[in-house]
Amino acid sequence: MKNLKKIGFVVFMLGIVLFIGNIFMGEYKFDGDKIRSHFDSTPDVFDKGDSIASGFIDAVQQYEATNSAPTTNIVTFNAALPQIIDRHNHNVSDALAATEGLSSDDVQSVVSGANQESGIVYSEEVIRGALGDNENKVKMLVDNTSWMYTDQRDFADVAEFESTLQSKVDELNGSVGTQYHISKEKWSLLDINKAMVESGAKTSTWLWFFLTFGLIIIGSVIYNGTNYKILGEAGIKNDGIYHESATNRGWVAWIVLLFLVGFYVALYFFPQYIANAVLLVDPVSEGLSGNPASQWFLYGFIYCVAMSVMAIRMYIKYRHNRYQIFRTTVVLFFQIAFAFIIPELLVRFNMPYYDFKNAWPLDYDFFFTYNIESLIDNGTLGIFMLVWGIILTLIIVPIMVYFFGKRWYCSWVCGCGGLAETLGDPYRQLSNKKMWAWKLERYLIYSVLVFAVIMTGLVLYTFFTGSGSLFGIDTYYISVVYGFLIGSIFSGVIGTGFYPIFGNRTWCRFGCPLAAYMGIVQRFKSRFRITTNGGQCISCGNCSTYCEQGIDVRAYAQKGQNIVRSSCVGCGVCSAVCPRGVLKLENGPEENRFGNEGPIVLGNDGFELNK
Amino acid sequence: MSKIVIIGNGISGVTAARHIRKNSDNEIVIISAESEHFFSRTALMYVFMGHMRFQDIKPYEDYFWEKNRIDLVFDYVNHIDTDSKILEMKGGSKITYDKLVLAVGSKPNKFGWPGQDLPGVQGLYTYQDLETIEENAKTAKHAVIVGGGLIGIELAEMMHSRGIETTFLVRESKFWRSVLPEEDGDLITRHIIDHKVDLRLNTELTEIIAGDDGRVKAVKTSEGDIVECQIVGLTAGVSPNVEFVKASKIEVDRGIKVNEFCETNIQDVYAIGDCAQFNESINGRRTIEQVWYTGRIMGETVAQTICGNKMPYNPGPWFNSAKFFDIEYQTYGLVLANREENENSFFWEHPKGKISVHVVWDKASGEFIGINTFGIRMRHDIFDKWLKEKVSVDVVMSELRSANFDPEFYRTYEKEIVDQFNSKTGRNVELKAKQWWRNLLAK
Ligand SMILES: Cc1cc2nc3c(=O)[nH]c(=O)nc-3n(C[C@H](O)[C@H](O)[C@H](O)COP(=O)(O)OP(=O)(O)OC[C@H]3O[C@@H](n4cnc5c(N)ncnc54)[C@H](O)[C@@H]3O)c2cc1C
Ligand code: SF4
Ligand code: SF4
Repeated sequence: MKNLKKIGFVVFMLGIVLFIGNIFMGEYKFDGDKIRSHFDSTPDVFDKGDSIASGFIDAVQQYEATNSAPTTNIVTFNAALPQIIDRHNHNVSDALAATEGLSSDDVQSVVSGANQESGIVYSEEVIRGALGDNENKVKMLVDNTSWMYTDQRDFADVAEFESTLQSKVDELNGSVGTQYHISKEKWSLLDINKAMVESGAKTSTWLWFFLTFGLIIIGSVIYNGTNYKILGEAGIKNDGIYHESATNRGWVAWIVLLFLVGFYVALYFFPQYIANAVLLVDPVSEGLSGNPASQWFLYGFIYCVAMSVMAIRMYIKYRHNRYQIFRTTVVLFFQIAFAFIIPELLVRFNMPYYDFKNAWPLDYDFFFTYNIESLIDNGTLGIFMLVWGIILTLIIVPIMVYFFGKRWYCSWVCGCGGLAETLGDPYRQLSNKKMWAWKLERYLIYSVLVFAVIMTGLVLYTFFTGSGSLFGIDTYYISVVYGFLIGSIFSGVIGTGFYPIFGNRTWCRFGCPLAAYMGIVQRFKSRFRITTNGGQCISCGNCSTYCEQGIDVRAYAQKGQNIVRSSCVGCGVCSAVCPRGVLKLENGPEENRFGNEGPIVLGNDGFELNK
Repeated sequence: MSKIVIIGNGISGVTAARHIRKNSDNEIVIISAESEHFFSRTALMYVFMGHMRFQDIKPYEDYFWEKNRIDLVFDYVNHIDTDSKILEMKGGSKITYDKLVLAVGSKPNKFGWPGQDLPGVQGLYTYQDLETIEENAKTAKHAVIVGGGLIGIELAEMMHSRGIETTFLVRESKFWRSVLPEEDGDLITRHIIDHKVDLRLNTELTEIIAGDDGRVKAVKTSEGDIVECQIVGLTAGVSPNVEFVKASKIEVDRGIKVNEFCETNIQDVYAIGDCAQFNESINGRRTIEQVWYTGRIMGETVAQTICGNKMPYNPGPWFNSAKFFDIEYQTYGLVLANREENENSFFWEHPKGKISVHVVWDKASGEFIGINTFGIRMRHDIFDKWLKEKVSVDVVMSELRSANFDPEFYRTYEKEIVDQFNSKTGRNVELKAKQWWRNLLAK
């Protein structure tokens, strides 16, 4: 069995190495035809296709004329790509300016039309007089140069008029054909990378899918599965956790951290560099939504795979504990069905992409203008989604927290929680239990909640009033800042990337605004508590150590008090690891929810204080 | 304001200190020679097995002591001079006190076995024992554990976790048979064997044999067998750690003699926890009880007395818990190793043999006397109430569902248990539906 486990590990590592290797493989070629087909979906482009394609080829040649660097690998390709896009956009505008822009003849005839005896006269009439036969050209000047009309201003002489006009025309010509410009946004860079790379991931996608995801899945299923025999009888098996480098912040932990952080940074900020990885899941994506994959699809796919294989580990580790088995199954279901498959299918049937279980303010862009608009534009279903999202946050969430505690969401439904409870489970002991960490937690999480509320308020203000700023705050800017700091850095890079060092619930404990909101309900108005079993606690500390939320459970248990804490996500692991049967997660009448309020623990009949 | 000095920073001494601070402004000093800060002795095994680090088994953060104005002295008390109220320390200094609390705990028993002090032979009680066993385990292939009690089985589990083969010598016919009834002992005995421990029942240690390097090489058993080993764990019980007290005027028998107020024969000197021996049994309990929670209760109680609210030691009904490898054990009330004349009992075991319930009641009156459970958690509050109210065993059996403390969604066996109970005893108990347990308490 131990050998089989080693084989599993080797297969898994091979998969990981090939996955990383795959990213850097393949030959990258700048290809004008591919750029042309890039625009093929816009019908009127066909007659312009040639100039677009040649604009691109020219851009590449111009680039290569000044830069000797070969453009065949991922690094040099992406170093050159933005510059080539700039040139391409310039070339396309130039090429189209001849037919669609204003030529120097046009400028000359306007100038001569304006140069009248009484001096310079510039007006719509003059423009029509000079370019009357071409309505497009007239419109360009009327729309863009009315500020030059001489009923509003004077020109000293023809030279001044001509140079003013010429520079404006240059500008206009430069923006001719912007619809054929290539965007330098991340998604576009990723698309171009995907289109232009020649790699195994592209030509033999399924083979490479097997060599990467296939091996990773097979390897980790073997690795986790063998635990069934290796761990021996069912029961808590935390042996060696603090002896192992991977789970005790040793060098293995740091390598895993590097890998995770690297992945998140690429995903959020440099998706163009993982084009080959995205290509691997194109067939899956096409099968689901009918569209090629984006980096977000890749992320969702990896998320589901990671949760599934690590759920196997949970099933084996906690096979004596049905709370853990049920919880793991349900949270896995919600991730795969609600967060991954259903939204993709919605897209397939031309409905808005929507994760029905993702509640604002965790789902921080729910009230962003583009989202509201796309929902409203989608008719009944879209409106339903909008209303559902509001009901979810305002009614369902607090009511469920009242009855069951915030665990119903955090460890039974939520995707962030789901990953933390599966992929993150080996790291749960790393959460900080110190008093200062609890203080920091309260400052941070409520600040994020306030930030989320204010940000959403501003965005909604803009939605309803159309005004882009309130009290001098640019609402768009603030939503971008939130997305960057909270949405990407905190929840992703730190929240998950730092699992091996900070533990598995950093985001849920310190950052999640939805958790903050539910925590307030849980603390003050809920039937949930963890009951302490009288005087049975021996202060061993297993509960506190394995609490992923850094709650010092023992501090309550050894005093006979129940645990009623806003941050408790009800994972149930404190109860599972307690060797003396002291802790039970329970829902019940709120009366006496805090348990023993006095200083004397059950078992001492000597005296009762506070009575 | 007086100066209260506590010797011993275990659960009893620390609880006393915390409650004295709660109730007074007295100066408080805790002396210990074992560790700078209080840690949970019961969790030493988990540090060895890698479940926790040493810092995780300290129930309070290090700032706690200063914040609560509890002075810590890390030194050994050589002698107690009760006439001039002075403690003579190993480090040479002297510490005065107004009131003295002895919370000095226990030490492992050694019965004069030949070779019992060889390197590689050790008990498991102190932090230093943990360090020693870390060292010993580095090269060990085989360990022999002597004494089939709670600490013995913990040591066996520790060895198991590091893949060290273990021979476990148990004097009785079953594991912990001196405390557990036959069936219960049998269940755990099987579980130990399932873990590939070489369990030798009815076997005692006769000699520990040294190798050429002066370290332990093997042991000889009462069966005449020689078992080669590099570690010998001596876990044949503990007894009060009173050697250094004997030279003082404080009266010592097996433990430090105290009355119900934890007062010794000397004014202003108290003893609590493992080291205390009551002059007579309190609430029918043994005069020396070496468990965690009794130390805590004594600490809670003596603090009241010291702060002027004189209070006798008054523990409630007996309870306890333990874990044997993967099987949790809880007990409420008294389930004796061998049933008394007046007692009836019922034992239920799950077919897979890992879960069981053992209930004892009075033949004549039907009064519930005690319960042992293995693999099922029970609610302390409810059993505490039932035992105090001397309810009938029928009440206990009918309310089993509400008394269950297993985590949510666990499979429960109340139906099977009660059905079998009825058919075996001829009683006619109707199993009631689960209700909110506090309603049961309120009744
Ligand atoms: C491995 C192990 C597991 C256990 N598991 C359980 C369990 O699961 N459940 C349970 O109920 N009980 C358990 N026990 C028993 C329980 O730990 C003890 O009953 C309890 O710790 C006793 O506490 P105490 O405060 O009386 O003494 P101790 O914890 O022994 O503290 C006494 C302290 O006094 C110090 N001291 C003694 N003499 C001097 C001196 N002259 N100068 C300075 N310092 C001195 C000692 O160094 C020691 O630190 C276990 C014990 C062990 C060893
Ligand atoms: S207190 Fe217990 S249930 Fe709550 S988060 Fe911590 S380990 Fe999980
Ligand atoms: S794990 Fe159980 S016995 Fe240990 S400190 Fe926590 S509640 Fe107490």
